[in-house]
Amino acid sequence: MATDSMVPPGEDPAPYHEEVHDPRRRDFINIAAVAFAGVGGVAIVLPLVNQMNPSADVLAQSTTEVDLAKIEPGQGVVTTFRKQPLFVRNLTPKEIAEANAVDIGSLRDPQTLAERTKAGKENWLITLGVCTHLGCIPLGIHEGDNRGPFGGYFCPCHGSAYDTAARIRQGPAPKNLFVPEYTFNSDTAITVG
Amino acid sequence: MSFPWAKHYEPKQPLMRWLDEKLPLPRLVYGAIGAGYPVPRNLNYFWNFGVLAGLALVIQIVTGVTLAMHYASYAGGAFGSVEAIMRDVNAGWFLRYAHANGASMFFVVVYIHIFRGLFYGSYKAPREMIWLLGVTIFLLMMATAFMGYVLPWGQMSFWGAQVITGFFSAIPVVGDTIRIWLLGGYAPDDAALNRFFSLHYLLPFVIAGVIILHIWALHIPGSNNPTGVDVKGEQDTVPFHPYYTAKDGFGLGVFLFIFAALLFFAPNSLGHPDNYIPANALQTPAHIVPEWYFWPFYAILRAFTVDFIGIPAKLLGVLAMFGSILLLFFLPWLDTSPVRSANYRPKLRVALIVLLFDVLLLGYVGGAEASAKNVILGQIGAAYYFAHFLIILPWISRSEKPVELPNSITEAVLAKHGGTSPAHTALAH
Repeated sequence: MATDSMVPPGEDPAPYHEEVHDPRRRDFINIAAVAFAGVGGVAIVLPLVNQMNPSADVLAQSTTEVDLAKIEPGQGVVTTFRKQPLFVRNLTPKEIAEANAVDIGSLRDPQTLAERTKAGKENWLITLGVCTHLGCIPLGIHEGDNRGPFGGYFCPCHGSAYDTAARIRQGPAPKNLFVPEYTFNSDTAITVG
Repeated sequence: MSFPWAKHYEPKQPLMRWLDEKLPLPRLVYGAIGAGYPVPRNLNYFWNFGVLAGLALVIQIVTGVTLAMHYASYAGGAFGSVEAIMRDVNAGWFLRYAHANGASMFFVVVYIHIFRGLFYGSYKAPREMIWLLGVTIFLLMMATAFMGYVLPWGQMSFWGAQVITGFFSAIPVVGDTIRIWLLGGYAPDDAALNRFFSLHYLLPFVIAGVIILHIWALHIPGSNNPTGVDVKGEQDTVPFHPYYTAKDGFGLGVFLFIFAALLFFAPNSLGHPDNYIPANALQTPAHIVPEWYFWPFYAILRAFTVDFIGIPAKLLGVLAMFGSILLLFFLPWLDTSPVRSANYRPKLRVALIVLLFDVLLLGYVGGAEASAKNVILGQIGAAYYFAHFLIILPWISRSEKPVELPNSITEAVLAKHGGTSPAHTALAH
């Protein structure tokens, strides 16, 4: 480039004449410097993006313990997990039978009741109470709630209906109610998260 | 700027001459909204709404900056701080009602401004860039308004945030991760409220910046006019000041009169009473609705109830809702007719009036409960909305026979007032 050979006005051009290579040393320095600055610029974006992820104190609220002893068959309770409603339901034998009678192939999000519960504890259905459509809380956990046409949960916002295994059966929601990670500490207590 | 006969700024006092040499800001204003901007002489009152939208933004910024002096952006205190603004802060009720109703007034004038652009073909060449920047401003306004509505942390605020951020979980594979990233948690909480406040404060200034670009782009071809005919000469224009500053001043008075009536006599009529209930993460309101200015788009979102060609209904609804606005970016190229004003396009005029009623129908459906009847109405309305832009408009542009255009703006003006014959007019100047 012409600019490379430019000599400050009034100075002796002699020291500025360097031997011409291809690529020249100056090209290399130029590209290396701009590339380094570019990498540095991109690296600065990372913390700016990452600061928006859940902070440590939000993540620290990630476990919830639930005492199941007082929940009779047919009853359910609402508690919270990660500040979201958590539905804990003790299914009746009739509800379990209804859930097992469904043809899995006909489901939008095919899962059996057994896959959504723990082995030997099929009556304990633990799900988030967050409709998978746009996040409303479905009705049906409290006695006397409208449980919709499939006897499980019914979201009043846009009419999604879930069955007794909290699987999506009708309406706009794409997925079954989310089953979080949980473990049985004893027969009557679980830890979620 | 735009036309060779535009007057040039000539500072008279020494101080202004001194300023003009160092920083020609008065010159810029003179050329932009002063006597140095020649404007078609036949603009009607629909041309008031750009200025009114600018004024509405100023009102929002002034009231918003003062409200922020009293607002607390944490989940435990936000609702209480808004109530304190209403009850304890001197004139706090006035500022908050002005801000909340000011948002509604802003959208009213912007919707009229957009419809003006649709009717008179202001989106057509050579004004495409003005239109694109305008749609960008509209998108920024929607984001700003949504985040502002979350700040009082009432029930509608909370559940609005839940539902709107839920849109992003419709994105395949990474949707949930994006939603959690946007919220900074698993449900709306302190982190979400704080970032919404930060962005709600920032975006109006971004809007102001894009408005400057919008006006800059406007000054290159100059303003459109009700005939859609290009300016042919000096006789077709008048200086912006004093002619349109006066006309806009009158419109401003009417605007402020209506705004004041709303603010002082019905300040809660456009809000939802549920937003006076503090946010409760364990109780969904029976009927979640956004603010009225989002109803048409909410209706399009809810119109999709079944999966289609393997795409989940939820994703379809979200795509359609965003698509209904993004579609507007393509409008200058969907309408290929060389005639701008719908006054001379008989078929388009009918189609635009039908579109207006269609958007009003969508607005009604979006604000009403999602009953089976309303879902069907919403589906019809949404289908027509897309059909208008993608089928009807391109078809009209090809098949329509426009009414004969006037030779010039001046001819149209004089013909309207029963004055000189067109031939006379051309000679008169």
